[in-house]
Amino acid sequence: MKSWLRQHRQAIAAAFGKLAAQKSAAALNALVIGIALSLPAGGYALLSSLRAVAQGASLDPQLSVFMRADAKRADADAVAARLKGEARVRDIRFIPREQALKELQATEGLAEVVAALNRNPLPDAFVVRPKATDAETLDALARELRAVPAVAQVQVDSAWARRLGALMGTARLAIALLAALLAFGLVAITFNTIRLQILTQRAEIEISKLIGATDAFIRRPFYYLGALQGLAGGLLALAILWGSLTALNVGVSELAASYGSGFRLAFLEPGDALAVALFSAALGWLGAYLSVSKYLLEIQPK
Amino acid sequence: MISFSGVVKRYPGGQEALKGISFTIEQGEFAFIAGHSGAGKSTLLKLIPAIERPSGGAILVNGQNVGVIKRAALPYLRRNLGLVFQDQKLLYDRSVYDNVMLPLAFGELGTREAARRARAALEKVGLLAREKANPIQLSGGEQQRLAIARAVVNRPSILIADEPTANLDAESAAAILEIFAAFNQVGVTVLVATHDEALIGRFARRVLRLARGGLVE
Repeated sequence: MKSWLRQHRQAIAAAFGKLAAQKSAAALNALVIGIALSLPAGGYALLSSLRAVAQGASLDPQLSVFMRADAKRADADAVAARLKGEARVRDIRFIPREQALKELQATEGLAEVVAALNRNPLPDAFVVRPKATDAETLDALARELRAVPAVAQVQVDSAWARRLGALMGTARLAIALLAALLAFGLVAITFNTIRLQILTQRAEIEISKLIGATDAFIRRPFYYLGALQGLAGGLLALAILWGSLTALNVGVSELAASYGSGFRLAFLEPGDALAVALFSAALGWLGAYLSVSKYLLEIQPK
Repeated sequence: MISFSGVVKRYPGGQEALKGISFTIEQGEFAFIAGHSGAGKSTLLKLIPAIERPSGGAILVNGQNVGVIKRAALPYLRRNLGLVFQDQKLLYDRSVYDNVMLPLAFGELGTREAARRARAALEKVGLLAREKANPIQLSGGEQQRLAIARAVVNRPSILIADEPTANLDAESAAAILEIFAAFNQVGVTVLVATHDEALIGRFARRVLRLARGGLVE
């Protein structure tokens, strides 16, 4: 066990030694990996930021039922009673016109506009969540509610949220595909780097085999080298992402503020950042494993 | 003990390097493999650490049939053999000391014991004072002595040398053979391939003479 640990220690030291001996090449490799990985990592960070916005909106289909402006509270009570007795409705939420005005006043940038009004222009409204989510049921329910004399307008609200959800789903898939492609690229870069290392150390490998080194002993420094290279690339990707988001947030927060929002592009959660670094190291290891498996067998003492 | 029994080695293309060789080298014996270039000396020696595999016959090394040994078992076989080559096979980007430490890196010894063992091996071949030097700074004879130090540092039971004196002057060659003889005196089996008849004559040891792939005496 002690000698096994010592051999691992030596292998790690040898891997660091190889990186130090080829600083420029190692830095360039890490940079290539870092740039490649920063793209899907950046896409993921962007989606995470948008998801936080999207989560504020319900993706369940719902109907907004606006009463006529001249409708009495009794009319609203009658509509509420009808909706509660409706088998196709899961639940309803009544929003009195006074509450709606208060919410509007609380919206940034609109307080002054609302204050300037001499009367409340907003109607009483219901937010209706139906049991069924199919378009036919929703349309039928909306049609029936529109026919109620006290009802001014019925709006199916979930369409935009559904579109956003679908868009984000597509973006997630695109990022996953991009990540898979770039991961393949990372493995290829490490594969080639390790191949060159093996060729450079051909004599040493041959001699080591000749004097009794096991394959595991010979392979180990290359595995660590691949993993270290991947890790360096992963950390660089995180640094690139952090720098890019910091720069982008200057403009994004200004733009969001003009819409009365405090939206900012957020950096990855600590767990996600750790996953990027470890995933990158694992891909580096995989590239090294494939390379060593292919080329080490070809080197035999003569 | 090394035992060859009807060993045949045929290379791809049909060239027969060894034709049914049989002999036994007892534990603690010192023997020369003599013969001209192309006689099959190197091929014979390469069969012992399974660098080459026989096309026929059986080779026993310390009771193990190395002709059929599995790849995974090769390192453990080779750790019990000290191998010295005509071209030394040294690492020229490492110091003399690091070259000798190489076989100990994958052994069971701790760092301190390994360092002690490496220095003892260097002392035996008279290179302790040059431990920090690069092998390229050493003379041909010194490089060969360094190769011997690396071969014996794991205390092998068998020492095999393929033309270890080929590129050396007579005095250096004799010095190398003296080192082999010293190891043999402490029980190490030594097998040296050489075409240098004068050198063989200076050391009265058993000679296995090869000619065209066969033993002639």
